[in-house]
Amino acid sequence: MLIGPDQVRDPYEVYYDWFSNDDIKRLRKKSEDAEAFFRRIGITFNVYGQDEADERLIPFDIVPRIIAAREWARLERGIEQRVRAVNAFLHDIYHRQEILRAGRIPKEIIAGNEAFIPEMIGVNPPGGVYTHIVGVDLVRTGPDEFFVLEDNVRTPSGVSYMLENRETMLQMFPELFTKMKVRPVSSYPQLLRRSLSDSAPSGSPNSKPVVAVLTPGIHNSAYFEHAFLADQMGAELVESHDLRIEDGRVAMRTTQGYQPIDVLYRRVDDAYLDPLTFNPDSLLGVPGIMDVYRSGNITLANAPGTGIADDKALYSYMPEIIEFYTGEQAILKNVPTWRCSEPDALAHVLENLKELVVKEVHGSGGYGMLVGPAASKKELAAFEKKLRAKPANYIAQPTLALSTVPILTKAGLAPRHVDLRPFVLVSPNRIDITPGGLTRVALKKGSLVVNSSQGGGTKDTWVLGD
Amino acid sequence: MMLGKTAGGLFWMFRYLERAENTARLLEAGWRMALTRSADDGSNEWQSIITTAGMAQGYNEKYDSYTSGNVVNYMLRDRDNPSSIMATIDQARSNARTVRTALSSEVWEATNECWMVLKEELARPVSERNLHDVLATIRYRTSVVRGALHGTMLRNDIFSFARLGTFIERADNTARILDVKYYVLLPSAAFVGTNIDNAQWEVILRSVSAEQSYRWLNAGDTSPLGIAEFLILDERMPRSLAFCQSQIDKHLHQLEQEYGARQGSQALSEKISKRLSDSTISSIFQDGLHEFLRDFIDDIHKLSSLIEQDFRFTG
Repeated sequence: MLIGPDQVRDPYEVYYDWFSNDDIKRLRKKSEDAEAFFRRIGITFNVYGQDEADERLIPFDIVPRIIAAREWARLERGIEQRVRAVNAFLHDIYHRQEILRAGRIPKEIIAGNEAFIPEMIGVNPPGGVYTHIVGVDLVRTGPDEFFVLEDNVRTPSGVSYMLENRETMLQMFPELFTKMKVRPVSSYPQLLRRSLSDSAPSGSPNSKPVVAVLTPGIHNSAYFEHAFLADQMGAELVESHDLRIEDGRVAMRTTQGYQPIDVLYRRVDDAYLDPLTFNPDSLLGVPGIMDVYRSGNITLANAPGTGIADDKALYSYMPEIIEFYTGEQAILKNVPTWRCSEPDALAHVLENLKELVVKEVHGSGGYGMLVGPAASKKELAAFEKKLRAKPANYIAQPTLALSTVPILTKAGLAPRHVDLRPFVLVSPNRIDITPGGLTRVALKKGSLVVNSSQGGGTKDTWVLGD
Repeated sequence: MMLGKTAGGLFWMFRYLERAENTARLLEAGWRMALTRSADDGSNEWQSIITTAGMAQGYNEKYDSYTSGNVVNYMLRDRDNPSSIMATIDQARSNARTVRTALSSEVWEATNECWMVLKEELARPVSERNLHDVLATIRYRTSVVRGALHGTMLRNDIFSFARLGTFIERADNTARILDVKYYVLLPSAAFVGTNIDNAQWEVILRSVSAEQSYRWLNAGDTSPLGIAEFLILDERMPRSLAFCQSQIDKHLHQLEQEYGARQGSQALSEKISKRLSDSTISSIFQDGLHEFLRDFIDDIHKLSSLIEQDFRFTG
């Protein structure tokens, strides 16, 4: 928000003025109101394996994160370019594999990668779309300096927070919205519905595309979001036991018999989707759904096998992938990444271990990771051994100087690190990027970890109009 | 178009809400009885309350005697009791979460708040001094859900399944209250007109919140026949068997209209209604009140499972 002691960044000017003239006690009270509101609407997430306290709130901070129109325009172009490239890549990798033939990315990265699904080879998703819903994770390091952390093209979550955070802000601070031109996000569910309907397969017996959301059930940590989106779209919320295959189509059990579904927005992982094709023990999936999919009689959003595009090993090749399919330089930067499989890179990493973050190629959720600046000598030495033993297992990245946004603390405003996840919808004929997104914030001073499971919170994200 | 699972979720959500409310009324009636008795310790009364609530087996496994402290705690919040008010509200909310997409946000929020408030109030044992307030909170919170349902929901199949759940549960509840107490209502020379009898009758009326309306209609003339007639056949009384049955008929008929198909459950429901309308209170007593109530309870259970099948609640 601030550049210097008294210098406010442009997009925050009006807000800062309003804030400075408001009563801090009133604002703290509003903070409590927001929490009560979230509890009442039930926007909670479940914590696995805990009995009583198994529904928790993600902390919400009432200071918005504000993005200027010009900044957003650039982000939009960059995201659109990336999403196009990812879809072209997915089509290619499951068909002719031109990018491998051209030697632009090594074959080994695909072969033997669990996220690559051989059953998808030669399959044409209805409308040609692989990633209907994308939530790109970005961080900002300076004016106009955004880096992509992850592409999240499997089943990105968090969009319900984007929508409910805005609802809350509108209720609590209506006066701010009259002072500032904040672009609305509320049309997301309608756009999602339209985008999914537009991707429906042809030859359906339904007069209008029937859309359903597939959830693992009320014990899933994101159940609120599944129900919320189904509700907002006017779609049915189904579980696997509501579904069966009838006449070569996926159908749901209604009070009047079985009704075919055209588009399934599935919030179930690939591995659990079809026990006949993937994990045979899965109770969350629908036996035979992959056969229906291969014969083109249902749209699965996102398509199975999209995960290959946000595999960590592949991430470092995104600039090449973008160039290969679009003929352009990537607008949004990747975080510079050293692939330890390459001798020069390995040498550099070993020399600078103390400044770098080293990650396992197939790891996720922060496991098996080294944060150089925070590690002890002993830890560094131990990691060096592992790295030398299996260099191909690791990538390394610099620690970024993440930008901060203030939150409201007991002592008033205080800076905290944030990231940003805008939500993108892809249909056969258009790409919609909702102006806003989910801003996650590390609530602990100095922390870079924004995950809700580790003390992260959320903020409303305001994209200003021109 | 509605998922069978959703219809089932609505049906059970409202059955559980109704059950919680009925258990609260029952507890209130028992509590009042315990307070106003002078001679014995009221353990017989608590026993019949537990029996009426269908909790006898579980209770007896845990306790040897019927004391108000144990009964109250067991019915309100005991974790070993799957039918306690807290467990029932938990179930109602859990069903509400599964059918979230079929509920208006007001109905959902009222249900969620009901759960939040009761979770808080029932987190610790309830002292005697707070019991009345807690029971009032339960009645109040479930009423808010019902109010939201009436005020904000479309009158379509969603509404019908919710109401079917309510009235199946209510009919069963009223019939069971009468059945556990039927002997008090039988004309028996020894007790007629004694204080004990009056107190027993009062419990019956109180446990369906009918003492006031009965008084209005009967101007203080309390008789077993009158009470039985009121709770079985009087269609003005919203917890009577006849009223519940007429509502069940109505909603099954609405589903027939909406779906364009007549189901087996509707035929059974009409049969049950016809038996009620063909009866007079003296014919019921003549043929045996207990037998009549047993048959009715059986029929309602059959009707409930038939509805479940006809509308594909579980596949």
